[in-house]
Amino acid sequence: MAETVRLELVTPVRQILSEDVDEVIAPGVEGDLGVLPDHAPLLTALRVGELAYRIKGKLEYVAIVGGGFLEVNNNRVIVLADDAELGHEIDLEEAVQRKLKAEAALERERKADEKTFKAVEIELMKELIRVQIAEKYKGAK
Amino acid sequence: MPGVMDIKRKIKSVKNTQKITKAMKMVSAARMRKAEEAMTNARAYANKIYELVGGIAGRVEADSHPLLVARKDVKNVCLAIITSDKGLCGAFNSNVVKKTLAFARENQDKNIKLICIGKKAFDFLGKKEFEVLEKYVSFGGKITYDEANEIGDKLVAYFLSEDVDEVHIVHNEFKSTAYQVAKVTKVLPLVLEKQEETADTTDYIYEPQAEALLKEIMPRYINFTVFFSILESIAGEHGSRMVAMDNAARNAGEVITKLTLTFNKARQSAITNEILDIVNGAEALNG
Repeated sequence: MAETVRLELVTPVRQILSEDVDEVIAPGVEGDLGVLPDHAPLLTALRVGELAYRIKGKLEYVAIVGGGFLEVNNNRVIVLADDAELGHEIDLEEAVQRKLKAEAALERERKADEKTFKAVEIELMKELIRVQIAEKYKGAK
Repeated sequence: MPGVMDIKRKIKSVKNTQKITKAMKMVSAARMRKAEEAMTNARAYANKIYELVGGIAGRVEADSHPLLVARKDVKNVCLAIITSDKGLCGAFNSNVVKKTLAFARENQDKNIKLICIGKKAFDFLGKKEFEVLEKYVSFGGKITYDEANEIGDKLVAYFLSEDVDEVHIVHNEFKSTAYQVAKVTKVLPLVLEKQEETADTTDYIYEPQAEALLKEIMPRYINFTVFFSILESIAGEHGSRMVAMDNAARNAGEVITKLTLTFNKARQSAITNEILDIVNGAEALNG
């Protein structure tokens, strides 16, 4: 019986995480899912959202901004994300600014065609997640 | 024999050239390190996504996704050609161009359409008889994943709209700093190598269904392949330029040595002539 799972988070640009953690909570396309040690092999797609992991009893957060996949196999959790950011790396003020910009863009596109509206909506969702996560780290700094 | 001053001027000019090539070599070396780092970072993702796609592919029908279906009658072939924007990097770009032309010769019965990535590809091949679908120039030796996504999406769109029946990428594969090989890689339709079913890959839980997952993975796989090829090409470009500039600097050094020798000879003979003049003059006076 393994005590921990190995969490590896990679994007096309860099490897973000490689750590032994107690638990991973990921935003799957069909709902959030938790992964504990000795989880059955699994492959799922991820949506834009918040990935949390518990390390030594403490929860840490990562913003998954771009969707991706999660694979569980042999006590290894591998997350392939289009883009991701560690919670404590996000600057709250900057995140809020970007969110406001995205909201304004959404307002502008409201009348435009469906396709760009959808794209802008996704952008806003990403920014919202970033703000949410940055706020969790507000007290820590 | 050229005059002393002329040779002096020539030496100065070659020295200036040498300074430039040396500087360019240094810059390329630094940029190549960066590009290589980007490649190493991407490799973790590469290994994983290839494995995933291979793993899933073994469990779905070959025709379950339009990107997997090979067309019987291949008429239009799209080549995505990746070169650099700038020259002065040895045979780097011309190798890719040669490979492209060779491919065109071998496939004369097919209609070849180009997507030029990098200015040099367009400069060389845009003037030929090929139809250019898209061109992406002035990356400035950098590429973001979003930019690669854009190109990848275009490739998929052309394929799905049946404008083209096959898509290949022509690019320089990065073997080492001094060694790149121009290569043609088929990207669409995807040919998946089925992995052998091992005990720990058979009982996977798929969320959603494997087919639906494949739909998500496939475009990413293509986009990533494009991204990685461009990264390789950028690293290769700097490597190739570094070698080319190193050679140029060395050649300039040789030229300088030769010119200095000629200069010294010319100076020597000028002095000898002058002495001769004086001696002759003195002799004449003594009569």
